Amino acid sequence: MYQYNDFDAAFVAERNAQFRAQVERRISGALTEDEFKPLRLMNGLYLQLHAYMLRVAIPYGTLNGAQMRQLAMIAETFDKGYGHFTTRQNIQYNWPKLKDVPDILDRLAEVEMHALQTSGNTIRNVTADHFAGAAADEVEDPRPTAELLRQWSTDHPEFQFLPRKFKLAVTGSAADRAVIRAHDIGIQIVEKDGEIGYKIIVGGGLGRTPMIGKTLAEFLPKADLLPFVEATVNVWNRLGRRDNKYKSRIKITVHEHGIDDIRARVLTRFEQIKPTFKGVDRDLFAQIQQNFDAPAYRNAPVDAHTAMRLANPAYASWSDTNITAHKNDSYAIVSISLKKHGATPGDASADQMRVMAELAETYGHDELRISHEQNVILPHVHQSDLPAIYAALREADLATANIGLISDIIACPGMDYCALATARSIPVAQEIAERFDELKLEHEIGALKIKISGCINACGHHHVGHIGILGLDRAGVENYQITLGGDGSEDAAIGERAGPGFSAEALVPAIERIIETYLDVRSEKAETFLQTYRRVGMGPFKAALYPDSKASAA
Amino acid sequence: MSRSFTPKVITANALLEGDVIYWSPEGTWVRTLSSAEVFEDEAVAQEQLLTASSQPAVAVGVYLADVAITDDGPTPIHFREEFRTRGPSNYAHGKQVKLS
Ligand code: SF4
Repeated sequence: MYQYNDFDAAFVAERNAQFRAQVERRISGALTEDEFKPLRLMNGLYLQLHAYMLRVAIPYGTLNGAQMRQLAMIAETFDKGYGHFTTRQNIQYNWPKLKDVPDILDRLAEVEMHALQTSGNTIRNVTADHFAGAAADEVEDPRPTAELLRQWSTDHPEFQFLPRKFKLAVTGSAADRAVIRAHDIGIQIVEKDGEIGYKIIVGGGLGRTPMIGKTLAEFLPKADLLPFVEATVNVWNRLGRRDNKYKSRIKITVHEHGIDDIRARVLTRFEQIKPTFKGVDRDLFAQIQQNFDAPAYRNAPVDAHTAMRLANPAYASWSDTNITAHKNDSYAIVSISLKKHGATPGDASADQMRVMAELAETYGHDELRISHEQNVILPHVHQSDLPAIYAALREADLATANIGLISDIIACPGMDYCALATARSIPVAQEIAERFDELKLEHEIGALKIKISGCINACGHHHVGHIGILGLDRAGVENYQITLGGDGSEDAAIGERAGPGFSAEALVPAIERIIETYLDVRSEKAETFLQTYRRVGMGPFKAALYPDSKASAA
Repeated sequence: MSRSFTPKVITANALLEGDVIYWSPEGTWVRTLSSAEVFEDEAVAQEQLLTASSQPAVAVGVYLADVAITDDGPTPIHFREEFRTRGPSNYAHGKQVKLS
């Protein structure tokens, strides 16, 4: 795993000391809120509906046991005993007090963590496939590339005052688990004629104007990555609109100028700046890569797992949904669901964090990942250890067997916490999960992604949910708009609006009608919701959602 | 000619904890809506808003929020303001702890 170098440590220490002084001056009244706000945002500190919120970066979602334990300690000492894992692979604390935040940042620095670039118009925390380094279908581990991008963008003088925030995501697999087509720049590691390179996608993004990214380069030689990405950011930095916050993201620049024009400009700029890189970035990459060596895999029989599957149906069900193929045949990737039916998606208590840390240390080569789907991953587990892990997870109330199913819902904090929200999202997720658990239908329904956002900013990725839910304020009442057919994978698509929104009370029954329709019209059990939707279109779902308008039209 | 004015309270977040606060008839910040001063006159509300905004080391983001006057005192009109009187719906955290 990547180890901080001296520069990183000194940089973070200096920034923390500065922020401590700024907090003191704010509390004494020497700084006004207008002066302080940009400073606190640069350090990941937001003022939300009921309290401050601190957003801590987990670069490309990777952390070790000691870091997870420290997150648990912070949750207990400075917050209300839990943390919220987000769709950006970060963790948020919902109740820190202003005076404690400098201490929290110091505690984070002890384990090489920080809250920098989690906010503001900078290049944000680079995200990656949460199965990075472990997935059976991977061309190369995307994390060294993500780390290279992180080091290059951190405190880069040109990138502190961009037209708007800028988000990068990297995957090493063709199966896109990092939603790279909904990022400002999405990077896929690809192989062509035995050479490894990058496919570069630009101009994706959700929010008010959702767009699927377009291909900027089909195959970029590895050595060209930083100059090419820098050229892209340069072009946007010059063309990007600063006059209107809703038109400032690169997706709009790409949309307004067209991908061919942008590509031509990027290539011109790339030729200019490429010589200035002089290969330092390649040396750096080689150094970084050493820190991401595969763990020393163990060679042992896997019978324990096979036997347990036969003996224990609950275990078999859990291993059906929560385990993914590892590149080493004797290993498995374990997804720990933070979506117990009725619980808040993405929340983990301090005790649960410690259990996950311990499991990583004992069985998982000390590695943990946070997924953008708000779950926690043990990427390297020998299959013979799976029964012991399952038992420990059950003890900690973490063994919900629902990864990829209807109750594995992404939900942003919504109006329970977020100052920007137009409606709540958490209670909606809780109700849907509980309802389908009660109906005992979720395994019958199979693969289905519901994603919920509490406002148009779309932190809950609702546009790419197979079923997307957007909470709005309609004349002072919470109202929920449904979209269908969205997809965050390599076949990315923006969901289509089904029609008028639903009140909070009418929403869960509406979702039930969608599911009944799917179960009715699917060609066979193996046809997923998304496949069915693509085959039959909106028609049958619309008829089920709005039976009255159908009757009146008939 | 008086145009209709929806009664209002002055509200903000406390600088130190971020907790929701309201401006009281005594000219201090209090933690519960029931202790807030309700303004039925726009000019007075605006004048008090200025006074309340002059304590930047106590309150952040001072604004006027609509309320209805009921037998139980002022109650929020918008659901966002209602949530602010209580706290989140997924845990018994925030103001609801003391209210219950
Ligand atoms: S989508 Fe809106 S409500 Fe949800 S976290 Fe983002 S800004 Fe807040």
